[in-house]
Amino acid sequence: MAAPDLALKDTTEASPLHTISVFVADRPGVLVRVALVFARRGYNIESLVVSPAAEGGFSRMTITSSGDPETLGQIIQQLGKLVDVIKAVDHTGDSAYEAEIALIKIECDLDQRTEILQVAEHYGAKVVDYASESLMLRVFGASEKLDACVALLRPYGIVELVRSGKILMARGQKRT
Amino acid sequence: MADSQEALPTGAEVLIRCFEEQGVEHIFGLSGGAAIPVFDALVDSSIELILTRHEQGATHMADGYARATGKPGIVLVTSGPGATNTVTGLLTALMDSAPMIVLTGQTLCENLGYDAFQEADVTGITYPVVKHSYMVRDSADIPRIVKEAFHIATTGRPGPVLIDLPKDITQGPCEAPDRVEMNLPGYTVPGRAAAADLDLAAELIAQSRKPILYVGNGAVIAGAGKAVMELAEKLRAPMVNTLLGKGAADETHPLHLGMLGMHGTAYANKAVDGCDLIMAIGARWDDRITGDVKAFCPTATKIHIDVDPSEFNKIMPMDATLCGDAKLVIEDLLERVSPLDTEEWLWQCNEWRERYPLKYPKKGGLRAQHVLDRLDALTAGNSIVTSDVGQHQMWAAQFCRTREGRRWITSGGAGTMGFGFPAAIGAKMARPNEEVWAVVGDGGFQMTLCELSTAAVHGVAAKVLVINNNFLGMVRQWQELFFENRLSGVDLEGNPDFVKLAEAYGVKGIRIRRPGDVDRKLQEARDHDGPVVVVAEVVKEDNVFPMIPAGAPLSHMIIEPPKERLEKPSGST
Ligand SMILES: Cc1ncc(C[n+]2csc(CCOP(=O)(O)OP(=O)(O)O)c2C)c(N)n1
Repeated sequence: MAAPDLALKDTTEASPLHTISVFVADRPGVLVRVALVFARRGYNIESLVVSPAAEGGFSRMTITSSGDPETLGQIIQQLGKLVDVIKAVDHTGDSAYEAEIALIKIECDLDQRTEILQVAEHYGAKVVDYASESLMLRVFGASEKLDACVALLRPYGIVELVRSGKILMARGQKRT
Repeated sequence: MADSQEALPTGAEVLIRCFEEQGVEHIFGLSGGAAIPVFDALVDSSIELILTRHEQGATHMADGYARATGKPGIVLVTSGPGATNTVTGLLTALMDSAPMIVLTGQTLCENLGYDAFQEADVTGITYPVVKHSYMVRDSADIPRIVKEAFHIATTGRPGPVLIDLPKDITQGPCEAPDRVEMNLPGYTVPGRAAAADLDLAAELIAQSRKPILYVGNGAVIAGAGKAVMELAEKLRAPMVNTLLGKGAADETHPLHLGMLGMHGTAYANKAVDGCDLIMAIGARWDDRITGDVKAFCPTATKIHIDVDPSEFNKIMPMDATLCGDAKLVIEDLLERVSPLDTEEWLWQCNEWRERYPLKYPKKGGLRAQHVLDRLDALTAGNSIVTSDVGQHQMWAAQFCRTREGRRWITSGGAGTMGFGFPAAIGAKMARPNEEVWAVVGDGGFQMTLCELSTAAVHGVAAKVLVINNNFLGMVRQWQELFFENRLSGVDLEGNPDFVKLAEAYGVKGIRIRRPGDVDRKLQEARDHDGPVVVVAEVVKEDNVFPMIPAGAPLSHMIIEPPKERLEKPSGST
């Protein structure tokens, strides 16, 4: 998994991020098997969310990953080959609803708080912990929005950042 | 409660009963603490245990057994080092799509993760080399897991399945359910290809004047040989096969050009280079075939038949892909195609065949090619030949023409030295009425020759032909051709006397030194009722030709020994 990257991503030169949804039978080892398909081909997993699916006994993995599209096509095919994988789909460019949550801890003086709260308000971030020398914000939305919010807050001294990783669902009749 | 518990069978007994129900007759293995309950259950079983001298040998025996029959080969080993010794065999089976089930003992469930004696994270170590794997945590799951393991190992693209068995699971009471159903929602087995894909392929084929059928292991596995030959005859198209596809279609068929690829026949490679349409039938455009991918049949139409759709467009883009069982796909295709006008093309292919025959010097000592050529003549294709890895493997592939699927068994994808001899033991156990020959090098033979004990003890009458050149010959060839003959780590000076060694194991040994003795000594070995080791003391520094340097286009094929120095190959290994 990616090392914590506290700098704003330079989206102009990084290879495009892909969002892959993998529907799996909830069996021991399935996460390792999926991760190995990426690792063997030198693909970096940027974020990974695993959660129970609507159907009992199944899980949904939402994986964001970067690298060349051809290798990604290979990875999708190889994922499909795993016995416990029911379906693997690349949703990049699809009409889908995406969301992520970030928790941001900022150490700040009292006189910086107003500015920070202004930024927070702009992004709809909520203060979830108020301490004498720090604030914790929770911001929710598309991953790009979270990137921008983090970038604006960085000068105030972010000491901790935790992001949930992107989740995604296809819109309308289409299945994820 | 205690009473009813006592009446229950153990997990191991249930396990072995499940294997009996699957029709298993042989298990290859080597025991140890964590596996004792399973070995114990074998005492009262109809299944014959073949005790090997090393776990790697057990895996290759099971692999040879599987490839000779299509039925999965079964391996049983203990935990820790017993289990890790199977890794090479798992890779070998996975790369060549051989069905195999490996049972590994494991420490008690409660010890898992505590570095208990002979504990190893075996499922973790083997993830990349299995088709699928299980660790049993509840003995009631055993019947379902065994059923699934057989299904997964043998269907679709076959491969090895590993089942890790904690000792408390096999030793403890097992309340097996009466009805067993598989639960594999993510696993489907392709059958027939889609009609639209078949139509497209037929349309493309109709436009071809220089077609070629490129036949691989998938055709062997699917038993598609007859269908392939029928297709070749109907289209009037020549066939070539890969190292693993040998025998899917009869290599002596007039439309067959033999093996293609790095050490294939010159005429096969020339035909591939000159074709306008190439159709892979259960073959995967491997780098031993394509060399320089960009220069491989750049203008030819490409069609790919495979049961594993992840192979499609993996190496190069295809014009049509047909996902399904090779036999069914070709049968459906046969209904859609008509004869092509290939008269000129077949003439050209035959002209290449006559101009560039496989040949070897008839003078200057005993040649491996001569021995293999004679073995082919004496057995007339009615034997099963396994091989090890190296020069002798390529010569065997060239000179032992295979007439039928499952009569040629070799480690192709993994190129595992040490495979050939145990694979022959497995093949002979599976098909005891067949004459089985293992063609091995002096290097690879020494990696698993402890199994001479296994052959001797069980009276497995496999015949070993050691091509003894006192070198790791294939590597020496590369060093000679591409590294200015700077030999490094290839000299096997100090080899044992293999005839005496065989005799020490109670196995008959025969030595061939002179070309004039070849027929007589091979016949002597054929007539011997029991295992035998024939040692052919061949010239030390012979090379395999034709050869296409790794990563080079087919047009760079070296047909005759080169006079000038060659560049280092760009391809891997
Ligand atoms: C386990 C293993 N180790 C190393 C190699 C690399 N290798 C490929 S061919 C070869 C030489 C084989 O020598 P020998 O068995 O004597 O056969 P020959 O080539 O002389 O016929 C070697 C070392 C291999 N394929 N497998």
